[in-house]
Amino acid sequence: MAWLDSIVQGILLGGLYALFATGLSLIFGVMRLVNLAHGDFSILAAFLAVVSVQQLGLSPLLSLALVVPVMAGAGYVLQRLLLNRLLGRGILPAVLVTFGFSVVIQNALLEIFSADSHRLDPGGIETASLALGGGLAVGWFPLLTFAVAVLLLVALQLFIGRTAVGRAFRAASDDGETAALMGVDNRTLYGLAMALSLAIVAVAGIFLGIRTTFAFSSGPDRLLYAFEAVIIGGLGSLWGTLVGGVVLGVAQTLGARVSPGWGVLTGHLVFLAVLLLRPAGLFAPSRRQD
Amino acid sequence: MSLLRVRELSVFYGNFQALFGVSLDVRERETVAVIGANGAGKTTLLRALAGALPVAREAVEFDGRALGGHPAHALVELGIVLVPEGRKIFPSLSVEENLLLGRYRERPGAWTLERVYQLFPRLVERCHQPGTNLSGGAQQMLAIGRGLMANPRLLLVDEISLGLAPLIVKDLYRVLQTVRSEGTTLLIVEQDVSQVLAFAERVVCLRKGAVALEGEPARLTREQISAAYFGA
Repeated sequence: MAWLDSIVQGILLGGLYALFATGLSLIFGVMRLVNLAHGDFSILAAFLAVVSVQQLGLSPLLSLALVVPVMAGAGYVLQRLLLNRLLGRGILPAVLVTFGFSVVIQNALLEIFSADSHRLDPGGIETASLALGGGLAVGWFPLLTFAVAVLLLVALQLFIGRTAVGRAFRAASDDGETAALMGVDNRTLYGLAMALSLAIVAVAGIFLGIRTTFAFSSGPDRLLYAFEAVIIGGLGSLWGTLVGGVVLGVAQTLGARVSPGWGVLTGHLVFLAVLLLRPAGLFAPSRRQD
Repeated sequence: MSLLRVRELSVFYGNFQALFGVSLDVRERETVAVIGANGAGKTTLLRALAGALPVAREAVEFDGRALGGHPAHALVELGIVLVPEGRKIFPSLSVEENLLLGRYRERPGAWTLERVYQLFPRLVERCHQPGTNLSGGAQQMLAIGRGLMANPRLLLVDEISLGLAPLIVKDLYRVLQTVRSEGTTLLIVEQDVSQVLAFAERVVCLRKGAVALEGEPARLTREQISAAYFGA
């Protein structure tokens, strides 16, 4: 039963990992940009939530309504003013600049919030649980996280699959120059993609901050898990990203069941195994995203 | 009056100059063909006019406005649309989605999804398949249809006969005839000289990035054309 419990916890944790991974995968898909500051943006969002909780008295879940639009706006501006200038010159300039962001964000957070661990307190929901019978219980909050992750993925899938802007995302991903010749303004489009990416990772960061403690330096781990989830699932597939997150989550909780120190390591080992056996990911990428 | 006025257009790829002061005019509702050997600069000319290559502001005038250097999407908004060489169908998009992308800027006009399907009935039954699953000829139809969805005033058409059977090429030119009868101005780049001489009202021959000959097909002799084409 304890094993089953670990698997259930792992699946729910996987939802959170999928949230981290989705934004990363989205912008890589649309504009071939690797955002090394992705994890740090999530932690930045968590700290913004801390501020809005302290200053405005919002509950952490309500702070989503404030932090998510702010992060989306910041993503749009960042892309338009800076990152767009780096595109079309290969992958390296963007890697270097976003690595720079990562350093800057971490140091700014250290300066403002000190090296202390922080946590967002949602007022009880994080410890409430739902008994499933047979001694099995799941926390309401992990369940909520998973549900939000699935809902966001469904919404994103519909957006990319059914709307004109979503079509333009896919077209720009195939061939940005031809998309421009059909009337797509790539610079604006990339701004929207980054806005969407940071909005999603802001949700992930705030849910993370409710689930566990975080500090200024928590970002790079998140980035690593996001990469692992994307690669396990297979690049370019949203559902693959969810499965990748779940595989990673289950591996971590099962590993931690064996010995508390082994959780993260087991996750990495499963990731390496997938990389060895199915380098394209479990959901071998078809060109279409549906 | 000229709808499109090109004056002293020069285009560089880094240090390499592809066009040397090209000038030409296309009147409203006119069909002009650009011919020339491989590497003469035909595709470069169309891509420069569509905003895919950097050009000087004064070099291109459209409907009385200097538009050189405008980005491609802004030119689509004004009605300059390119059907690119090699079709460039988006593999992630279905046939219908490829067409719908053509109307991304939502320019008003006569062309709708229904009318494009009327023009290319072959696309209807395969509308949910990936665009790149189609045969070469059907992909070319899709590329033209996608361009028409933007409701162009000036349609730039690059080498639609490339690699296609003569019968299909004939079909495609019948379609262009329909497009022309709607009042759309056409600037066509073509390797198949005999095909295009029968179709265009005026022909411009490029050689080594410059205009070597210009005139109405009926008034040009075969010798004049081949001299301009190959160099005397």
